[in-house]
Amino acid sequence: MKLTKTEGYKVLTEPLLLSNPISTAVLGICSALAVTTQIIPSIVMTLAMTFVLSFSNLSVSILRKVIPSNIRIIVELTIIAGLVILADQILKAFLFDISKQLSVFVGLIITNCIIMGRAEAFALGNKPWLSFLDGIGNGLGYGYILVVVAFFRELLGQGTLFGIPVIPTVLYDLGYQNMGLMVLAPGAFIVIGLLVWFQNWVLDK
Amino acid sequence: MENLVSLAIESIFINNILLAYFLGMCSFLACSKNIKTATGLGFAVIFVLTITTPLNWAINHYFLRPDALEWAGFANIDLTYLGFLAYIAVIAALVQLVEMLMDKYFPALYNALGIFLPLIAVNCAILGSSLFMVERSYNFVESVVFGFSSGIGWLLAILALAGIQEKLKYANLPKGLDNFAVSMIATGLISMAFMAFAGIKLT
Repeated sequence: MKLTKTEGYKVLTEPLLLSNPISTAVLGICSALAVTTQIIPSIVMTLAMTFVLSFSNLSVSILRKVIPSNIRIIVELTIIAGLVILADQILKAFLFDISKQLSVFVGLIITNCIIMGRAEAFALGNKPWLSFLDGIGNGLGYGYILVVVAFFRELLGQGTLFGIPVIPTVLYDLGYQNMGLMVLAPGAFIVIGLLVWFQNWVLDK
Repeated sequence: MENLVSLAIESIFINNILLAYFLGMCSFLACSKNIKTATGLGFAVIFVLTITTPLNWAINHYFLRPDALEWAGFANIDLTYLGFLAYIAVIAALVQLVEMLMDKYFPALYNALGIFLPLIAVNCAILGSSLFMVERSYNFVESVVFGFSSGIGWLLAILALAGIQEKLKYANLPKGLDNFAVSMIATGLISMAFMAFAGIKLT
């Protein structure tokens, strides 16, 4: 069987575009908007999110036959919160500046609907390895939107990419100005709206 | 007193929890199709926020912060890292409790808000304001005011979007822009309007 035909491959790649958690399922918008003023924090956020998502899927899937269904939400929340504490402590230890910049949004991974959504919709009904792949796929699908939004917001808002200035000074001399709106909240809403519109338009074809 | 009023104005208008910090977006987008549902959810959020923020303040103050356990005879213990787990547990348990109490003592209120309460346990606005409260080290009274006014801010935002959505039903939008994309752009415009409040200060 070819690699592209296996179930694992499908589970891993589908969330990247076709069933992207943010742009098609409309989950987990909060952090997608909040951390995307710059690219580097977005990448860090994606890594944290992918870590939590894949391992929470894995744990929920391993435990799926033991968790009583009427208290499953609490059990899932406990698993997720434990993993988020782990991610937060790692960030604080090794990437303190970025962790300060992400402020409360690392903690808010707990209530990110993508994680609960995947645990409920996928991990509860599938084997551990597939659920793990599903977690990675969704984490990356989430990250792709984050990085694209951050790319535009950083480029237009601050004239930098990865913190390095990319707009030539000649342009500034000619009167070009950074668009302050992009750094502020409304910019995030509008960029993500336009991005989703563009994606829907491409997928329709 | 004055700083409380100014805190309230700040968290309702200037640093609106939804429009400036993007918290509670999921239920915001899911429940803004009509004004009635939006109002119900908005009031449920105010209610839960006003209770959970001070409660989590107490948890943090008496159990989690460095040296908080001195009253119990354990000095030099720092349990801050357990914060996330404790806050979400408090919120989930409280939402469940409120739902049961409401069902028993205020059936009318329960019928109006009931279906929204479980949704709220995983609303990031609730956990978010607890985390902000800790990060900005508010005291007890401030955390009550902050929780309540964040809730009002959230209600205002969702009402505004619901109003716009109701009108948008009649608009003829390009393909692909409908639903999610257009609500994001509309939210962006509302958020821009709220930015006009920036700079208001009571002195």
